[in-house]
Amino acid sequence: MRQFLLFISVVIVGLLFTARLFYLQVYASDSYSLYEDNAIRKVFKYPKRGFVYDRNGELLVANQPSYDVMVIPREVKPLDTLEFCQLLKIDKEQFKKQFEKAKNYSYRLPYVFVSQLSKEDYAILQEKMRKYEGFYIQKRSLRQYETTIGANVLGDIGEVNNAIINKDPYYKMGDLIGKQGVESSYENILRGKKGIEFIQKDRFNRNIGPYKNGEYDTVPKPGKDITITIDAKLQAYGELLMQNKRGGVIAIEPQTGEILAMISAPTYDPNSLVGRKRSKNFTKLYYDTIAKPLFNRSLQGVYEPGSPFKLLTGLIALQEGAIDTSEKITCYRGYKYGNRFMKCHCVSGTRNDIVSAIEKSCNAYFASTYRRILDKNGNASTGIDRWSEHLKSFGLGAFLNNDLSVGQPGRIPDRKYYSRIYPNTFYSTYTISNSIGQGEVATTPIQLANMVAAIANKGYYFTPHIIKSISGDTIPSKYKTPNYTTIDKKHFDPVIEGMYEVYNKGTASFLKVDGIDICGKTGTVENFTKIDGVRTQLTDHSIFVAFAPKDNPKIAIAVFVENGYWGSRFAGKIASLMIEKHIKGEISRTDLEHWLLTHSLENEYAKPQSGQPFGINRQSQLQVVPIDKQALQIYQDNNKKL
Amino acid sequence: MLRETDRHFKFDWITIILFFILVGFGWLNILSASHTGETLDYFNFQDPYSKQLIFILLSIVLIIVTLSIDSKFYERFSGIIYIVSLLSLAGVFIFGKTINGSTSWYNLGIMTFQPSEFAKAATGLAVAKYISDLHTDIKYFKDQIKVFAIIAVPAILILLQNDTGSTLVYASFFFVLYREGLPTLYLIIALLVIVIGMFTLKFGITITAIIVVLSVIAHYFTRRKKPSLFKPLFIIMVSILFSFVVRYAYNNVIPFHQKDRISIWLRLEKDPAELRKMRQTVAYNLNESEKAISSGGFSGKGFLEGTRTTGKFVPEQHTDYIFSTVGEEWGFIGTFGVVIVFVLLIIRILHLSELQKSQFSRVYGYSVASIFFIHFMINIGMVMGLIPTIGIPLPLFSYGGSGLWGFTILLFIFVKLDSNRINEW
Repeated sequence: MRQFLLFISVVIVGLLFTARLFYLQVYASDSYSLYEDNAIRKVFKYPKRGFVYDRNGELLVANQPSYDVMVIPREVKPLDTLEFCQLLKIDKEQFKKQFEKAKNYSYRLPYVFVSQLSKEDYAILQEKMRKYEGFYIQKRSLRQYETTIGANVLGDIGEVNNAIINKDPYYKMGDLIGKQGVESSYENILRGKKGIEFIQKDRFNRNIGPYKNGEYDTVPKPGKDITITIDAKLQAYGELLMQNKRGGVIAIEPQTGEILAMISAPTYDPNSLVGRKRSKNFTKLYYDTIAKPLFNRSLQGVYEPGSPFKLLTGLIALQEGAIDTSEKITCYRGYKYGNRFMKCHCVSGTRNDIVSAIEKSCNAYFASTYRRILDKNGNASTGIDRWSEHLKSFGLGAFLNNDLSVGQPGRIPDRKYYSRIYPNTFYSTYTISNSIGQGEVATTPIQLANMVAAIANKGYYFTPHIIKSISGDTIPSKYKTPNYTTIDKKHFDPVIEGMYEVYNKGTASFLKVDGIDICGKTGTVENFTKIDGVRTQLTDHSIFVAFAPKDNPKIAIAVFVENGYWGSRFAGKIASLMIEKHIKGEISRTDLEHWLLTHSLENEYAKPQSGQPFGINRQSQLQVVPIDKQALQIYQDNNKKL
Repeated sequence: MLRETDRHFKFDWITIILFFILVGFGWLNILSASHTGETLDYFNFQDPYSKQLIFILLSIVLIIVTLSIDSKFYERFSGIIYIVSLLSLAGVFIFGKTINGSTSWYNLGIMTFQPSEFAKAATGLAVAKYISDLHTDIKYFKDQIKVFAIIAVPAILILLQNDTGSTLVYASFFFVLYREGLPTLYLIIALLVIVIGMFTLKFGITITAIIVVLSVIAHYFTRRKKPSLFKPLFIIMVSILFSFVVRYAYNNVIPFHQKDRISIWLRLEKDPAELRKMRQTVAYNLNESEKAISSGGFSGKGFLEGTRTTGKFVPEQHTDYIFSTVGEEWGFIGTFGVVIVFVLLIIRILHLSELQKSQFSRVYGYSVASIFFIHFMINIGMVMGLIPTIGIPLPLFSYGGSGLWGFTILLFIFVKLDSNRINEW
């Protein structure tokens, strides 16, 4: 027995070691990856981010270099903090705070200590950087916006957050990523691909040399340039006209679905979100919950569409055979249904066919056709579903699934939608407000513009998109395939005729532009807000949709001006000017332009916040302001660059 | 002629082959751990891999000399060898040089020389000589004291040199003495000391005491013949007392760095912030070494391809932590191979020892196997975190001339003794 003690001990130790080795090297060992190996320093080389051009080849977004001071806490040696803080232009408190944050993030991973130094600061700092062990400068590329326009369109780039880093291993702390607009939706194309250099470290974190002579290193792949469909001049002009107003303007080329202009007012200078001032300015924009400058009204603003919706009611009625083009409906200053009454502006006894009903925006006509659509088969439940299907074929009630970073589906109700309010009986009269674009229907400006484009094309539309071309790449084919509506081509003619009459002799006749046949439709939408929990009505929204020229349309536009009162008052003027600008390239209706530049809605927007009782619509005074010379100067400067 | 050839082939070639496998593979890993990335120069006498190559070549000379000496010489002169060895150990206090806190080196100009590496073989010979004496019977306390003294004198001298690791090697003689008849009581006490010590530190005195009491009661009641109550009560009292001693020693007696090592070994520290700090300081070597081993995975990164080895992440990697290079570059296949070769070598020596007809050879062989075993167990165990950090080299593997030659002499004296066993009647 005695001679076995050592033998058994040897065997047991051998087995224990084998088990421990198996645990360390097989069970607990991750498959080896050079990227995870902390004996190898990974130095990323950032590619040039792709440029953005407008449809005419004007450069909108380029790059400028920027320098971040990075820190690896484990490597930091005692330093002259006072001098270092002076160089970085921070105070000692900030230094301490940043260092704590870096330590909390990781002892051995680089952390952005001070981001985006100016070129001047960098020049001074670079000389002295050697003195500060554990700190180094990482060069990055920032955006340079050539003009001040299109903040909502172009978007911006900012540092990735932890959520993104965890989701996509491509991104590392301090990397920049597209945050809004095309920067976000075309991030993968614009960013290119980072290059990487593997460097062998020793245990003191010193570089010994390239790992395996750079066998695994990669060269950065530059991002691709993109051309967007925006016409920068039109965009600039629209932004000028929308100053002192809130709302959205969106213009689409009907034959292609290309977005010519996309304005959301108020806007901001995209350059204010570049570099070190980004976080301060962004916070300011982000917390402006009243004007909401970051809210893209032309894409995200969900409003009741108002009278332009009557165009669709008419089209559906014709398609469903609920009316024909010759039939006239008499208006007695409104429409009586059950014991309720919907008012109308028509002179009592006016007899409207579809063309004149559109021209006069007759509520009674469209209320009764709406009821006929729903009641056609004697069952409003199936009627409203059919109605809903037609509307959805215009791209309403759902996301457009395009290449814009944000969007809203809006709302097109069907029977199911109403089942909670009307579980049993359902009559067409219950939802009659839908006929004139109020009630439960809701759309975004881009959906309205797209609807107009579909009308201009007489029955089809191309998904509105912002990409025109990608250098060395193609754009998705879905933007080149027409989407057909459920309305036959022939039914569009009377509706277009009606829209033409709106400009010719109807509600927008004073907005005519010489030499261009414009077809349009005004809209006025009641709206409410809550002030101290009390539902309060505000001045109506001013809406206008239009396309031109009547034959061979080049532009379809939707303008939405919050609290602009009636359609032709603000929105119509803006639409006319935009159309003229796009088609002629210059403005003959300078009277309209002057009026818009000298009239502000800021007093209207201030009312709900004022705490004072206020009047709306008729009781509301228009605010006349002098022309904002600075804004005009900026506009002219932008134009010079384009 | 024929007789001459015969004699050569009486050497145990299996042991010799295993020896060269370890030395050769060890050198490849020293090369990996110590080359600086520039072109290799095997004879620059500067880099450890170059020096070790010379040491290995010289060790072959040493082998030939060791095998050439008549085997009777070792038995006859064991006393003198032992005394010379003790003198050389004592001499470092006067002429010695301090490296890494240990005063255990002679500076010979071109190289340093560590007498403690040779004292193991000398002590082995002395112990073998004493036990094989016809008048010695270590069942008796008087003889036990004498043999303990033979072992303790060099051990204490080495401890005084501040080389705790090498001192611990002398514990290996326990296996030798047990084989030769040391009462089992010693084994039980040794095991109890280890188990109670670990339990006290890991779980506290109360839980340890409860476990001791329950075990003793269980043992008492399962015995058919009930002995007196005195013995079990005595064991319980002594155990609990010992538990307090361990706790007191851990808190107040042992130096801080050793306390930390024990704390890391038994995973006593639970605070993550404190643990992170430890990984940067006291546990740095262990942490890096475990990471290097683990990063090798199943098949390793390849010879000279270890990133942590190339970056010199593991301090002392070519000496005490050489096993982590094996782990990183050769993976589980390599480390498992090394473990197998060591186990085979030790078992082979054990097997040969049992075949010896002379008690002197048997005891010496046992000493060799035990010393190899202790080194193997402590070094690899430490590098993988199974044993608290104790700085002792991996035999035949770690860089170092004294170490290599010490083990070469230790082993080949036994090979020589073994070759002569047929002549022993």
